[in-house]
Amino acid sequence: MNTDASKSPCTSEIDASCRVPLLALFGGAALWLVLGLVLGLAAAMSFHKPDLFANCPCLSFGHAQAAANDLLLYGFALPAALGVTLWIFARLSQAPLALPIVPVVAAHLWHVGVLLGTAAILLGDSSGHAWLEYPRAASALLMAAFVLVAVSAVATMGFRADRELYPSHWFLFAALLWFAWAYSSANIFLLSGHPPRGVVQAIIGWWLANNLIFVCLALLGLGIAFYFLPKFAGQPLAGSGYTLFAFLTLVLFGAWCGIPQGAPVPAWLPTVSAFAALLSVLPILAVSVVAWQTVRGAGFACAGGPFCFVRFGTLSFVLTAILYISEFCPRYSRVLEFTWFGFAVTQWQLLGFMGMILVGAIYHILPLVMGKELPQPKLAKLNFYLFAAGVLLYVVPLLIGGLEQGLKLRDPKIAFAQASGAALPFLRASSVGQFLLLLGSLCLLLNILVMTIQWKLGLVKTVIAAVLAPLPLPAVSPRGDQGEVKS
Amino acid sequence: MKTGFSVFLTSLVALGASWFGLVYGPLQQLGGAKQTVILQSTDDWPPQRTGDATLGLQVYRKYGCAACHTEQVRQTGAANELALTSLGVQKAADFKDFMKSMMIVPELMAASNTIIGNLEKWNGNLPVTLYSGDDSSVVSTLADKLKPIGLKTEARLVTQGADIARGWGLRQSVAADYLYDAPVQLGSLRAGPDLTMIGARHPDLAWQWQHLYAPRSEVPDSTMPATRFLFEVRHKVGGQASADALSLKPEFAPAQDFEVVPTAEARQLAAYLVSLKASAPLYEAPFTPVTAAK
Repeated sequence: MNTDASKSPCTSEIDASCRVPLLALFGGAALWLVLGLVLGLAAAMSFHKPDLFANCPCLSFGHAQAAANDLLLYGFALPAALGVTLWIFARLSQAPLALPIVPVVAAHLWHVGVLLGTAAILLGDSSGHAWLEYPRAASALLMAAFVLVAVSAVATMGFRADRELYPSHWFLFAALLWFAWAYSSANIFLLSGHPPRGVVQAIIGWWLANNLIFVCLALLGLGIAFYFLPKFAGQPLAGSGYTLFAFLTLVLFGAWCGIPQGAPVPAWLPTVSAFAALLSVLPILAVSVVAWQTVRGAGFACAGGPFCFVRFGTLSFVLTAILYISEFCPRYSRVLEFTWFGFAVTQWQLLGFMGMILVGAIYHILPLVMGKELPQPKLAKLNFYLFAAGVLLYVVPLLIGGLEQGLKLRDPKIAFAQASGAALPFLRASSVGQFLLLLGSLCLLLNILVMTIQWKLGLVKTVIAAVLAPLPLPAVSPRGDQGEVKS
Repeated sequence: MKTGFSVFLTSLVALGASWFGLVYGPLQQLGGAKQTVILQSTDDWPPQRTGDATLGLQVYRKYGCAACHTEQVRQTGAANELALTSLGVQKAADFKDFMKSMMIVPELMAASNTIIGNLEKWNGNLPVTLYSGDDSSVVSTLADKLKPIGLKTEARLVTQGADIARGWGLRQSVAADYLYDAPVQLGSLRAGPDLTMIGARHPDLAWQWQHLYAPRSEVPDSTMPATRFLFEVRHKVGGQASADALSLKPEFAPAQDFEVVPTAEARQLAAYLVSLKASAPLYEAPFTPVTAAK
């Protein structure tokens, strides 16, 4: 990537070109993350005190949990990942962001879409399809915004100085295509005036959920991790053959998972998914090898910094992916299906894998693009410990509770209330984790907010200074000189 | 992966393949599905919902009920059962001896231990299950041998599984059950019980209303949030309760002079719940309805 320094812009210029779009994407994402965790906590309250929202339908579990899930995926994970992708593409291309105004417009469209969608769910206008609850208008806004960001990202990638592609390019570029196709296709089928008949709706929903939450998030998260892990560890990305193998097997096999084993659909569908899930062990193994070899012997202690986040996130990917594909094993699915287990895995994927990597990336990128240090670096470190503890306290009890519930549900002699009650203590304990996650997300929001305000104040100060500055008048020459010139 | 185009092509092929398999394929197979015929009947399945029940599905969607309730029953298997319903003129002891002598018939040999075991445990009451297992030839052979000597038997296909044992369904759910649902509300979590057959378990609208208003008044250890927002608490008109007013237990009832009446949404939701009765045997999910047993 060594190009002539005189031709290629310097790193700070590249970073500066990303400033406004990234601020717009990250700022909104952090806000939605906080709101999503608040709504998640509100939803969990239904299991502490079932009649808490008996007179307030907005915050009942059915509303709040759906809104919280969508906020974590569409509000936080995707825009933040798109922002990081733009920056990584610009850095890898050694070129400033192409069409920088486009992602700024897109970020605003996106956030308006999320706002509309969340309001619609809370007011009872959800579409009723999991992960596609947003009504048509909100989905259309998200889609339009996504295409705009993707145009800018692909253009930036196209202007790269070094034509050779880095592994992050494969993953992030593929993710752009993945979301565009999966999201638009599912929306067209399910939210059009004439949805397909019967259970096909559910099949399309599962296909979308798998391709968004498993494949697309994995592509985004791993693309980002494969950029940052070598950077932080100070050693090159290990085993490019393994990386390519992980990419190919992930897109080829991962895309076929998603149909639950007990689903009331023709038997070939769950069978295909079970087989694909088995083969999806391959990319997980390859990713673990690459990640392990890259960070092994890293001469850099993370101490709560971005490296910690990305390492935790990558480890979470491996663990969540194993748990996720285990749900498609017919033997285990009999126990795990319809329990809190699947819920826990999804939350871990969203927060422990994607969330961790993204927050780490944001803490690394933000000071670079703003050209100044984080206003609260201690809070950033605290954020890591809060998130790490939060994810574990949130997810692990739910996994255990789900397993317990599943085993009891299998035995018809155990009354249903007893089986579902078995998960309750775990469910209640997991709220502690949610609370810690919320505190952590507030650290992120505060950092971004203070930075944005400082930057805007700086802009205002510049403008005021420019207005108040004495006009750079041309030096007034003495009368005599003028006369001389005239003559 | 040297160029952007090769990455694009790889992703396009990979995602395209899964789209064809998991979106286009099911659309072709099931997208044009029509009603099917119920086994040993001329009735069509599923019945079209009407009136309030149709609107009730939208209330179910609106309040996100599917976040905690599934509408899909799993089945682990099915057994062919043969039950003896009448001894005719025979005596029980003779019948036992006759059965033991029959165990040399080749079709029955593999199942002889099961059958003899069932007879040993038999306390003399009818009907008694003689055989329950995978082998349908045992059932037909045994039925053929017992018929000429005046014994009456009944062959049944019995569905198995924890969901079915809990009374959540008579058979596994199949694609045909959801033909008229839009959106299909399969659900993915059982924080509450499965609702595939809730209409058969609690066919009473008043029960459904009371349960929606105060779940713990009907099911003491329920964890379901009350949906009081679906009801109106109002003054009794002229001291008289309305016809639809909920008859609640004292600890859940409102103050004197007040009554709780369901709103339109509560009526629709309850009508929808009562309409949930996946009770018909189908070609792809056969079973022998219990009502046929005498």
